[in-house]
Amino acid sequence: MDQRQKEIDNLKDYKYGFSTDIESTKAPKGLNEEVIKFISNIKKEPKWMLDFRLKAFERFKQLKEPDWQKPKYPKIDYQDLYYYSAPKSLDDKPKSLDELDPKLLETYKKLGIPLQEQARLNGIAVDAVFDSVSVATTFREELSKLGIIFCPISEAIQNHPELVKKYLGSVIPTTDHFFATLNSAVFTDGSFAYIPEGVRCPMELSTYFRINASNTGQFERTLIVADKGSYVSYLEGCTAPMRDENQLHAANVELIALDDAEIKYSTVQNWYPGDKDGKGGIYNFVTKRGLCKGKNSKISWTQVETGSAITWKYPSCILKGDNSVGEFYSIAITNNHQKADTGTKMIHLGKNTKSKIISKGISAGFSDMTYRGLVDISSKASNSNNYTQCDSLLMGNKCGAHTVPYIKNKNCESNIAHEATTSKISEEQLHYCQQRGLSTEEAVGLIVNGFCKEVLQQLPMEFAVEAQKLVGISLEGSVG
Amino acid sequence: MKEQLQRDFDNIIKNLSLSQKDIEIKRFYLDNFIDRGFPNRREEDWKFSDLNQIIKKNIGELSFYSDYTSTNKVDTSVFVDGLEHNKIVFINGRIEKIDFDYEKKNQIEIIDQSETINKFSNNNSLSDLNNAFTNKSFKILLKNGYQLQKPLIIYHTTNSKIWSKNINLRLDFELGKDSSLRLIDLFNDTSEKNFLNIFYNFNLKENAVLKNYKVDKLENKNIKYAYNNIEQDKNSISETFILSSGSNFFKNEINCNLNGEYSSAFVNGILSLNNTKHHEIRTIVNHLTENTKSYQLIKSVLENSSKAAYQGKIFVNSKAQKTDGYQLSKAILLNKDSEFNAKPELEIYADDVKCSHGSASGSLNEDSIFYLMSRGLNYQQSRELLINGFLLDVVEKITDSEIKNLIKNMIGIKE
Repeated sequence: MDQRQKEIDNLKDYKYGFSTDIESTKAPKGLNEEVIKFISNIKKEPKWMLDFRLKAFERFKQLKEPDWQKPKYPKIDYQDLYYYSAPKSLDDKPKSLDELDPKLLETYKKLGIPLQEQARLNGIAVDAVFDSVSVATTFREELSKLGIIFCPISEAIQNHPELVKKYLGSVIPTTDHFFATLNSAVFTDGSFAYIPEGVRCPMELSTYFRINASNTGQFERTLIVADKGSYVSYLEGCTAPMRDENQLHAANVELIALDDAEIKYSTVQNWYPGDKDGKGGIYNFVTKRGLCKGKNSKISWTQVETGSAITWKYPSCILKGDNSVGEFYSIAITNNHQKADTGTKMIHLGKNTKSKIISKGISAGFSDMTYRGLVDISSKASNSNNYTQCDSLLMGNKCGAHTVPYIKNKNCESNIAHEATTSKISEEQLHYCQQRGLSTEEAVGLIVNGFCKEVLQQLPMEFAVEAQKLVGISLEGSVG
Repeated sequence: MKEQLQRDFDNIIKNLSLSQKDIEIKRFYLDNFIDRGFPNRREEDWKFSDLNQIIKKNIGELSFYSDYTSTNKVDTSVFVDGLEHNKIVFINGRIEKIDFDYEKKNQIEIIDQSETINKFSNNNSLSDLNNAFTNKSFKILLKNGYQLQKPLIIYHTTNSKIWSKNINLRLDFELGKDSSLRLIDLFNDTSEKNFLNIFYNFNLKENAVLKNYKVDKLENKNIKYAYNNIEQDKNSISETFILSSGSNFFKNEINCNLNGEYSSAFVNGILSLNNTKHHEIRTIVNHLTENTKSYQLIKSVLENSSKAAYQGKIFVNSKAQKTDGYQLSKAILLNKDSEFNAKPELEIYADDVKCSHGSASGSLNEDSIFYLMSRGLNYQQSRELLINGFLLDVVEKITDSEIKNLIKNMIGIKE
């Protein structure tokens, strides 16, 4: 009875915690050249790609794992992981959705992403990544009519090598930091999107990441290139089953915006956060970086971080083109024993560049939340502007909220403004809501949603609704 | 550098009558320092100011030994006119004069601590250096209930007799219950290319009030580091004002532990720099119990290729409910090559707190200049007026009117 009650409780907390029983092909355990060759081989990659990986691996061997971050974690044994895991049924690629393993379809249906109906109903093109491979990409034909390429990156390597070769590693080089380099060596799949000149992508592109196999690290790589004058809005969602062990997710995301292009990248991250006592959960160590390469380009990151045992990421913008704009909107919520160290970097290189950072952090339970950010205006970035606002909300005195901004201004014609506050939900606000008949939980939900509104507004419609619900669920049980 | 350190250390030990045990302690710190060297940019706290590089570039080889046996003549012309005050005079690192003429002798105790080691630790190698090499150190004790009649001015004078030397100083203050002290640190250098490493410790008992004004105004080519540790008991108040302007490099570090309820700390600072100067203020305020309060305001005006940095941290532990913590840093960059770096940090573990920080940097507001010029001022005048007003804000925070006027006169700020 107790066991059952527990299960029910758990499910209430994290409804994506089921795992799919599916046979999978795995690379041999461990990290070495053989495994990298195995991955490259199974993906039928050309030689330049293998060289890219091996170069990264050479570099990786010299790097030390960083340890300056706030949330500490037990040492990861990189030899004890599987670097490749794929459902067996995908060994010889199915041609269409109808040939897809029904178990996989069922999984995505349970996650609320029914690949078939979705294709018809929602008008969102989805690339579904299951462990190390992309299982399905919808709406491809319709997109290709406009010249938009939207496919798994492993396909892009084969079908569009000139694009991949040109842009892969141009924002996050193989010589970057520890986790990014690891990803460059062993990445398995991910999405690739190319929007040709002057095209406004008519629908939201989206990738849905799912970790299923245990003991597996997920290393996906996403590359989005927006050519001159184009526009794309990209969504990313993630879930994982509940397991007692910690799983590593180290993805790289590269965005490139050429002249007058705009990329909007939204994430709702809901990896399994571990149980109430902090056991299990995903280590989400992701490198996301966008390059505003051309003039008047714009990159905007929006993230809602509710899951993961540890979130450690800084989606960044390099504002290289003159008049380019970078934006970062973030809500990060930690509850129970979750830890987050997240923020952004805005590197101003071009003239008249502008950036805006809005970060809202909410910590409850025993959790710890850190905003860490960098605003760097170089001496050449005349007439640039940055505005940063980070607010933290604390619930209870067992949790922590920290703000660590780095502000560097080397240009006397540029302005930087930074504001940060930390507080709790005021008694007056609570009282006001309760007076009007709301329960404490409802009142807190309402106030928190108001606190986050500035960021939620930035999300595309379909996501905003989901995110709003998620904010509520994540904080359940934290008031009392 | 290692041999030099060893040799100078042996010379210093010879002149001190220390017990074997104390020598061993000192040697331990020496070894620590040799191990770690001067702080460099790889250390988080020195990210914006790489002291190792700065010393290498500006001084080159340092020597750590000074001959303290002969006295220096005290030049009375440097004394502040028009303000009756008590004096401590350091010349080239040697205490030449301690003078509490205006005070009741039995209320102040001056204890020579040179023979005993009391250690400083602040996690950087400079405290090791100071522990190993300080020559004389005094503790100044204010008895319970005694409030100093006149302010105390500590003159830090260096003259051209020294060159490429490291000078280590330390003072320890204990403020008894209900006592109060007004302290001005006045830096007066005619020497060049020396590295001063100064450690102060303040222990504030219940209801004690400390007002510390640090004024580094005169142009000089020295490199300075000053560390203030302030321990505060119930209801105590500390006020620190820093004017950082004259030296080639100056890093002021204030570490304030609010241990008692209702204690409060105020830190205000001005960084007014020109040429290639590089100054930094770093503050750490630790709120360790309920109902404590801190307030910080740092303003910088940067000309030519000067560089300023501000690192401020407010730490609130989980017991420290009802904390008020406020921090603001503002900088005006006047020249293309000037640079301002800031790292205002909050680390908070209690929920019923009000903490905020703000940081802004940029150019002079062109609209304001236009406004003033349209009223008949020329560009230069308008600019000066704006900068004047910008800095006046900080000076106005000084709670002692006598000293406020003194400092206003010193920096030529008009009302």
